[in-house]
Amino acid sequence: MMPDLGKYAAEVLSAYGASMVLLAVLLAVTLRRGRAARAGLAQVEAEAKQETQKDG
Amino acid sequence: MSIWSYANPVKFLALSAKLQPYLWGAAALCVCTGLIWGFFGTPDDYRQGSTVKIIYLHVPSALMAINAWFMMLLTSLIWLVRRHHVSALAARAAAPVGLVMTLIALITGAIWGQPMWGTWWAWDPRLTSFLILFLFYLGYIALWEAVEDPDTAADLTSVLCLVGSVFAVLSRYAVQFWNQGLHQGTSVPVATGGRTVDDVFFVPLAISMVGFGLLFVALVLYRTGTEIRLRRTQALRTRMERGL
Repeated sequence: MMPDLGKYAAEVLSAYGASMVLLAVLLAVTLRRGRAARAGLAQVEAEAKQETQKDG
Repeated sequence: MSIWSYANPVKFLALSAKLQPYLWGAAALCVCTGLIWGFFGTPDDYRQGSTVKIIYLHVPSALMAINAWFMMLLTSLIWLVRRHHVSALAARAAAPVGLVMTLIALITGAIWGQPMWGTWWAWDPRLTSFLILFLFYLGYIALWEAVEDPDTAADLTSVLCLVGSVFAVLSRYAVQFWNQGLHQGTSVPVATGGRTVDDVFFVPLAISMVGFGLLFVALVLYRTGTEIRLRRTQALRTRMERGL
């Protein structure tokens, strides 16, 4: 149940809202970049392996 | 086993992978408990009214904004002295987390300051040093992006980190140094133990502080792993282009 924030409701809710948005963006960017880095490395490692086999 | 063995990226990634599930879980539990308890389960302050609920975001984020810089200082020093790449990448990984923590502290501080001080912003020593710390974070991230050679970038950003540490220290102790301005001194002085926050507010605040700390560690470990993978990808591509 929502607590009664009185006359400062706008301030309290906007502080929580802004913080949650910033934390969510940080998490989303971190996870997205992490996944892209994993996929990129897997692809390059596969290409490198292929090249090694070709040369061998 | 020496702690320096974890400067080996493979060992670092293996340890990080083992720790991360526990860290993410504990961070989520503590942040949610601290914020939900603080928001729903604590009374209004007799002078500040419901704005006291902003403390559960403002204090932990400000704490982590300063501590993130100190962590970057430590890892930058390790890079400068021992040339371990993982430490330089850990500093790089921590900077955006510190930047967001600083931004949260500045925004929640402004929102809290408006009804309590009658102004969103004042050129108070603590607020000003915090704003400069925020600009240092931006400069640090920009410098990493601007320099192509990773070792040169690590050297330059480490020096910038050393310089910026002055403002990280000032952000923490500005109230004691200048003894003026709108911002109060720390409410939870760890060294003296003489806190001015009542238990009813302090317990959820402490849980939230622990949660933000764990969240920071989890994020930095994950992001450092990302930086290591990006560096390895770059090294492999360069090797393939050169036909090695």
